[in-house]
Amino acid sequence: MPSLGADMERGVLVEWLVNAGETVKRGDLIAVVETDKGAIEVEVWTAGTVTELAVDEGADVPVGTVLARIAEEGETVVVVPVAPVVLVAAEPVTTPAPEASAPPPSPPSAPAPTQGRASPWARHLAAERGVDLAGLTGTGPGGAIVGVDVPDAAPKRAPKKAKGGPDLDAMRRAVARAMERSKREIPHYYLGTEIDMGPALAWLERTNASLPPPERLLSAVLLLRATALAVTKVPEMNGFWRDGQLEVAPDVHLGVAISLRGGGLVSPALLHADQLDLGGLMRGLNDLVRRARRGRLRGSEMMDSTLTMTSMGDRGVSDIQGIIYPPQVAIVGFGRAVERPWVVDGAVVPRPVMRVTLAGDHRAHDGHRGGLYLAEIQKLLENPESLT
Amino acid sequence: MNRDELEAKVRTLLVDLAPEFEAEEIEADEDLREQLDIDSMDLHQLAGTLYETYGVDIPESERAGLTTLRSIVDWVLPRIS
Repeated sequence: MPSLGADMERGVLVEWLVNAGETVKRGDLIAVVETDKGAIEVEVWTAGTVTELAVDEGADVPVGTVLARIAEEGETVVVVPVAPVVLVAAEPVTTPAPEASAPPPSPPSAPAPTQGRASPWARHLAAERGVDLAGLTGTGPGGAIVGVDVPDAAPKRAPKKAKGGPDLDAMRRAVARAMERSKREIPHYYLGTEIDMGPALAWLERTNASLPPPERLLSAVLLLRATALAVTKVPEMNGFWRDGQLEVAPDVHLGVAISLRGGGLVSPALLHADQLDLGGLMRGLNDLVRRARRGRLRGSEMMDSTLTMTSMGDRGVSDIQGIIYPPQVAIVGFGRAVERPWVVDGAVVPRPVMRVTLAGDHRAHDGHRGGLYLAEIQKLLENPESLT
Repeated sequence: MNRDELEAKVRTLLVDLAPEFEAEEIEADEDLREQLDIDSMDLHQLAGTLYETYGVDIPESERAGLTTLRSIVDWVLPRIS
């Protein structure tokens, strides 16, 4: 059971998306896990043949529990956790790892046919709902039919908050644990500055005028791009505080704080955000928000954020002092662009002004470096062509 | 398409954005942001879907005024009739 966030202690294996005997490759989705933050799709980070599903669907197990065994090609069976973080099990592993001298397993039985595959959970749901699997289109690995592909026999009048969304009470507790830990362990420092968003918003209006509505950009995408690109100038904002030292992350996986209706909060990552152009960020953000609000995020999105960005502008807030999500070392906050008097070339003119703030981990870096980082964000946003 | 059909469609699109709500719960004259707790991303998706469904392009400059279900229907209906 991977740790899908610093605040996760347990998870429920809701559904297997593979069967024993199937081959998997790096990045395949193999299971759905229910956590305090909703249903998370879990990827596998090795290639091979699944020789055992060690945990039954419906089991509630602690982080660190071995979920599956995968035989890598040409090797003896190894226990392969579904995510690297499992290697540092926080709880006792319930299924013992095999000894190095353990005999290789018998070869898996004949591989499952590639046509008409369905997960055990999907078969269960189909039988329960009287649905014929033959008529369904699968969205699982290799086109396999998984639970979400099985339509509800009586889809209407579902109760509120019963459409796959997360349990908001459990999510509240998870947020509480993470924020308590942050305020207990991290000596925050806070910085802020103001940005003239006039050039950026004018550029956005010109750009959107030439795009069809579905491809138009929101201003949030410019903020994401600036936050990710500024890391190249001040890389120590992007990483983790672990074992008493800063680990600068080589990639920028930008956590995006997404509020959920009813009071939940989740911060999944836009993976490799620094390598995405504005259109890619827009599509990524769109997809992330949609899945976050339906409780269908992926494990890598929950584990890998290296820096978090939060924008409260939509709610009319002009200023936010963020709380760092451990073990990250910084969070950037953007408020609402407000029309204010601004001095340009000695004259006072009205400009949309946005306040950007940084909460930094003072163990990892100092206010001087944080100030340089904010200055770089400001420079990028006041010169929007540099974001393209 | 008549007004009732369009309103029913827009209700469906709004519920797709905010699945915690039922279509018939949406009050026609209440601010959608307050009523459904939707944000600019939701409204962006709604505008995109209306464009793909009906070919109507709501200008950015007019979006600020389209805050209720009724105002959206009022804006779209004459452009698709």
